[in-house]
Amino acid sequence: MALQLKKVKSSLSPGWYFMQGDEAAAEGAIAAGCRFYAGYPITPSSEVMVHMVKRLAEVNGVFIQMEDEIGSIGALIGASWAGAKVLTATAGPGISLMTEGIGYAVITETPCVIIDVQRAGPSTGQATRPGQGDVMQVKWGAHGDNEIVALAPWSVQEMYELTIKAFNFAERFRVPAFLLADEGVGHLRETLVIHEEVEIFDRLKKRGEPPFGTEDPTGVPPMPAFGEGENLLITGSTHDERGFRKTADPGTHAKLTERLVRKVRDYKNEVIQTESYFMEDAEFGVVSFGFTARAAIQAVKTLRKEGLKVGMLRLVSIWPFADEAVAEMGRKCKAIYVPEMNRGQIAGEIRKYTSQPIIPIPKTNGEVFEPAEIVEAIRRNMI
Amino acid sequence: MNEKIYQMINQQVFPSAFCPGCGHGILMNAILRAIAELEMEMKDMLFVSGIGCAAWIPSPHFKADTLHTLHGRAIAYATGAKLYNPKLKVMIVSGDGDLSAIGGNHLIHAARRNMDMTVVCANNGIYGMTGGQVASTTPLGSRTSTTPKGNQEPPFDLCKLVEAAGGTFVARQPVVTPIPLTRTLKKAIVHKGFSFVDVLSPCPTQFGRRNAFRTPYDMLTYLKNTCVSVEKAKSTAPDEIKGKILVGEFVGGKGGEA
Amino acid sequence: MEKKQKKKARIEINQKWCKGCYICLETCSKKVFEKSVEVSEKGFFPVIVARPEDCTSCLQCEMLCPDLAINVKKGE
Repeated sequence: MALQLKKVKSSLSPGWYFMQGDEAAAEGAIAAGCRFYAGYPITPSSEVMVHMVKRLAEVNGVFIQMEDEIGSIGALIGASWAGAKVLTATAGPGISLMTEGIGYAVITETPCVIIDVQRAGPSTGQATRPGQGDVMQVKWGAHGDNEIVALAPWSVQEMYELTIKAFNFAERFRVPAFLLADEGVGHLRETLVIHEEVEIFDRLKKRGEPPFGTEDPTGVPPMPAFGEGENLLITGSTHDERGFRKTADPGTHAKLTERLVRKVRDYKNEVIQTESYFMEDAEFGVVSFGFTARAAIQAVKTLRKEGLKVGMLRLVSIWPFADEAVAEMGRKCKAIYVPEMNRGQIAGEIRKYTSQPIIPIPKTNGEVFEPAEIVEAIRRNMI
Repeated sequence: MNEKIYQMINQQVFPSAFCPGCGHGILMNAILRAIAELEMEMKDMLFVSGIGCAAWIPSPHFKADTLHTLHGRAIAYATGAKLYNPKLKVMIVSGDGDLSAIGGNHLIHAARRNMDMTVVCANNGIYGMTGGQVASTTPLGSRTSTTPKGNQEPPFDLCKLVEAAGGTFVARQPVVTPIPLTRTLKKAIVHKGFSFVDVLSPCPTQFGRRNAFRTPYDMLTYLKNTCVSVEKAKSTAPDEIKGKILVGEFVGGKGGEA
Repeated sequence: MEKKQKKKARIEINQKWCKGCYICLETCSKKVFEKSVEVSEKGFFPVIVARPEDCTSCLQCEMLCPDLAINVKKGE
């Protein structure tokens, strides 16, 4: 099946706009065909919700502010099964509350997009300050094995474009897809360029086909909606391909859990997206993502001017993880530096794929990186 | 007389998962009968449930779109589905703990919004599926696995709770009187707005055995003798009503405003 | 005056679905049901229709059966 995208007209007239990151993400959702939003206010994501109220009214969509985040993820899943492309936006504490629902979306294969505008945690933390500490949570927060998609924008343009991609992946793989933004890029105002068309993907539909199992090599079954006469049996318990609960059959549980993981892992190259800078002759490597990458690329340019052969790999997708790209960097470089606004979460993940020295550059003071800090940290940790 | 009802169920999953004598089975029976008597089609319905024995009433027994969700969250999921496709006739069937304890917040907000949905609460006053722990509706003094010496916490009056939150059709019926139960369910289904039916549905296995009810029939007899309809209560002396359970349509039925 | 031949109610018990809770047996005001003297393969004494001629088609058994195991075809 792969990602057969169809071109549709953009929802905004083509041109240059000056917009806030959160609002750009909302525009991306509308462009992707999102017509249902359920959410709860939380800094620094509330602007997404407020923009969606306005835009959904203009496109005949549906909006509800729910009583809490738990209600929000629930309403999202209900609406997705009613046929909608659905969105919510939140921050770390909201992801914590939604986590059980995220797991439910995983096992029921419910497409949904969740924007996490990360802030300084843990817990209430510094609510108005940026952070990047949720990267592991979106994948491992819910119990069990979760193959989800997570993309990390570094600009207002990417807040728009990666939201569209998140919708496409959610529908393609029938998984929850996250936009791992942060307060830095969420509250940033920058140019947004809108083109004539965008490419979107609609979920597969086939009448009468089982919605929870398939022999198709993609491992992604078609997805009917309520009211189509399919007598849907949706449940969070282990189920067979028609949805009947099979809570004591080893074969069914094995088949389901393996397919849920393989349907994404086997096709991870459709999702994995990285950008390389100055890597051709690099002897030292920097891996970064999100708002931090803006400072990291400046640091790399500064060090290059000083004669250091340093290159950078920007992770655009976080999950599935760019294992081959970091392994390749490990083969080329003597050391890998990882600046991030957390205590070393991505650094820890990179360790799985290379035995080269990895030097985490953590920053958790509620502020974004300055290029000079990254330059200084690399110089101090030269090997 | 059940011919129509047999067409509305997934026969291959019977005998049902319910214990012998489970009140929820009687309620399942009544819900199907109400839909059949209204001449509604299962294909126009969406049944949403949480976690617990009551949540198994629609899933997997009903041949219709069923959404078996997380503990306490049925109403939230139903809200999303109903808002996006208002043509769906949405019925939530779940237990007392699921709807009023872990799910209490979603219950009162949906009632406040007067969302057009029907909530059928299968109320057995206990957490049956997990081994008979105390619930927010367990009567004072009752024995459960976590109140072995008798429950010390007063229970909710679910009808008063939903009425205060804004529900526009609020009623209570016991499963022992299936004809009034079916009649009330029909009104609840047809009602435009948030309708709530507190169905007193005994659990012989977890509640009955711990509280000296030897048979399912004994529990039904207890309900028959303890429930008093709102109409009858009007013409009965207060001290004769003491200790009784009021049943009937409190809001939006004969006794209340629409 | 001729006495019309009364059409008997036919009560069918689906023994595969019946769980032997005896609600029908104890509820029936006409004592139509009885416990069989032989244990079923499920381990209880199944309910049998002993006196269908006494059935008044009140349908209480059918409506109170938690397992949809009883179907009453009305008499006249």
